[in-house]
Amino acid sequence: MRSFSCLLSGVGGQGIVLASKLLAQTAMETGMPAMTCETIGMAQRGGCVVSHVRAGENCFSPMIPQGTADVLLGFEPAEAARHLRILAPGGICVTASRAIRPVTASLGAEYDGDAILEYLRLHAPRLLLVEDQQLLAKVGSPKCLNTIMIGAAAGAGAFDLPAESFLDAIKANFPSKYIEMNLFAFQTGYAYGKKAVTP
Amino acid sequence: MKKLLMGNQAIALGAMHAGVSLVSGYPGTPSTEVLETVARNNDGSIYVEWSVNEKVALEVAAGAAYTGARALVTMKQVGLNVASDPLMSLAYIGVKGGMVVLVADDPGPISSQTEQDTRRFASYAKIPVLDPTSPQEAYEMIGEAFALSERLGTPVLFRPTTRVCHACQDVEVLENPQVSGDFRFEKDSKWVIFPRLSYQNHIKLEERAVQLSREFSAYPRNAVTGSGRRGVVASGVSYAYAMETLSQMPGEAKLMKLATAYPFPEDLALRFLEGLDEVLVMEELDPVIEDQLTLLCGKAFRKVVIHGKRDGFLPHAGEYSVELLRDAIDRFLHIPVASAPPTAPPPSLPIRPPVLCAGCPHRASFYAVKQAMKGQRAIFCGDIGCYTLGNAQPLDMVDTCLCMGAGITMAQGLARMEKGAHTISFTGDSTFFHTGIPGVINAVYNQHDMTLVILDNATTAMTGHQPHPGIGTTMMREVSTKVDIAAVLRACGVEHVATVDPLDLPAAIDAVKAAVAHHGVSAVIFRSPCIAVTKPGKPVAITDRCVGCQRCIREIGCPALTWADGRVFVDESLCTGCGLCTQLCPTHAIEGGACHA
Repeated sequence: MRSFSCLLSGVGGQGIVLASKLLAQTAMETGMPAMTCETIGMAQRGGCVVSHVRAGENCFSPMIPQGTADVLLGFEPAEAARHLRILAPGGICVTASRAIRPVTASLGAEYDGDAILEYLRLHAPRLLLVEDQQLLAKVGSPKCLNTIMIGAAAGAGAFDLPAESFLDAIKANFPSKYIEMNLFAFQTGYAYGKKAVTP
Repeated sequence: MKKLLMGNQAIALGAMHAGVSLVSGYPGTPSTEVLETVARNNDGSIYVEWSVNEKVALEVAAGAAYTGARALVTMKQVGLNVASDPLMSLAYIGVKGGMVVLVADDPGPISSQTEQDTRRFASYAKIPVLDPTSPQEAYEMIGEAFALSERLGTPVLFRPTTRVCHACQDVEVLENPQVSGDFRFEKDSKWVIFPRLSYQNHIKLEERAVQLSREFSAYPRNAVTGSGRRGVVASGVSYAYAMETLSQMPGEAKLMKLATAYPFPEDLALRFLEGLDEVLVMEELDPVIEDQLTLLCGKAFRKVVIHGKRDGFLPHAGEYSVELLRDAIDRFLHIPVASAPPTAPPPSLPIRPPVLCAGCPHRASFYAVKQAMKGQRAIFCGDIGCYTLGNAQPLDMVDTCLCMGAGITMAQGLARMEKGAHTISFTGDSTFFHTGIPGVINAVYNQHDMTLVILDNATTAMTGHQPHPGIGTTMMREVSTKVDIAAVLRACGVEHVATVDPLDLPAAIDAVKAAVAHHGVSAVIFRSPCIAVTKPGKPVAITDRCVGCQRCIREIGCPALTWADGRVFVDESLCTGCGLCTQLCPTHAIEGGACHA
């Protein structure tokens, strides 16, 4: 029986909730049952956002048990590091490389971006760092990071789902004026992810 | 057809499938999306409103249910405190059409003041409560709640928790039947509460509880499976968490799934207890089922050890998780725990507390009051909304926050006792309409000396931008009369009322000084729309005149201003050009922003 689980983590405003919906809807396109779970509300105000996606039979909890996720999709390196322990042994961590400094950092707290990348390299045996700024520039819209990241993870083979199913899910669920842009964003991410894991 | 639905959307569509004719409520996390989903999918045949508060919402729904219509009222758990007065009496009077009181509980709490348990309210009010374990079950159960309510002529509580409300699942959505819109209130003395009627109805309520306990023993969503000498009880999302572990070890424990904490299905529980030595009860918030089970063991002389919150086996506070319950089940079944090698802890990670958005007018309002009150003893009474975040550094402008509307009234008691301190309350526009107005009247009538600051951002921002009486639009997509806050204040007898744009910093500071100087009740209405519902302006720019003093960062804590490599940067994706920072830069190094610079 096919199944997968993916934790998406980042900060408010990055479109993580929509990304998790796209992932779940794609799984449903291929006939899998799906669940997601996110913390919303206060989190929208620049706080940490986490979304769980589980697909396949025999899922009860909408939240992924620690140490069992197949994929950790970080939208920011520190937010990936924060949740690394949710990955199953052999799981893949795909994360955007640009650090986002919180207001507390401006007020004097620490944020050592290099130390966090070093930690990820050391403790995530399967790690894909996505040059998100470069891909965003290519796609031309800052709002598309979520679809780019889903594309990059899919291209790296993180999910047991065909690329066409993602494209179908985008066409079926996105508002018409955003479909084209998101199809392009997905394909851009997908090509990046695929290239990164091709020897 | 299967659709990916959030639990709250599933509940809304389930209520529509059950033929609901009126939906009222007051926004509150995690309940808000239920009413919004009905409104979004409404073809006009259902009446939907955001009421001014939960008490009003519940009474509107009760009126509808008196005619025979099916009515749904939605709120969060602390909203039920506000609505508890009509609920307690309505339990005695009853309804004609099905009436469901949806109250979303918030273990954690993730976005609430308390971890109160609505199932306790159900037993206190003596009305049945249904507790779904997943969005799919919630979709089906809400219809059962309407049917039960109509059959028994009583309001029924429906209590999902955050992880059911905000989880999404592929849910089988059915065609909605047509509902007749023909309802008529039949006059009868049974609708008028009097002590004698209450006495008679109290007897019926107790009889009904016994009858329902028997019925719920046969309710298919309550079920006993498996066998053995150890038994596990689980309800709500704890059932889903527990099944992650129990489904891996079939036959290890007897299991009772419970969807009705009140009235407690005693017959079913006795069958469950048969042959058991030990029981583990898993439920978030209060030990409601655990206490009922303990009571039952006493009544029926069953010698069973009950583990749960009362013996410290599981925590009282906070939300549960798969891991917490797996650990509890392992301890309960004496299964040695195979601990996975721990992942090395990450290096120091950034703390990301929720902050007021870049460009939020509340930041300017708080800063203006802070500047106006510099060097004077002042107590700042906050309230519930985005502006509670004004307590964070560097603003630090919220000294108290209790519950909806309490800022205005607590300021009065504080001022009476601490002589010489200025008390200033901060109240949002939606909160003002919710429970703020009686406090204003109290201040005027009892001649308190205080300043009311009304933060009017033209929306209910924290819960996702719902309209309110000051906006002039309704959930039926109609234009309505705007209730003018300044006119309300004047009508209540507030003599000094000023309305000012908080982003015009000098004017805002002057307005606060003038209001505080006024003896008696004074008010400043800071009017500036929430940035999430307005088009952002052009971002500001840092010029060469910046000397890197970081005053902008230190004073207002705007997330669009950051400090790196020895200079201040503006995050253009966040900055809305509100211009607050341009007005406080000592070297006038920040250019652009609104016209206030």
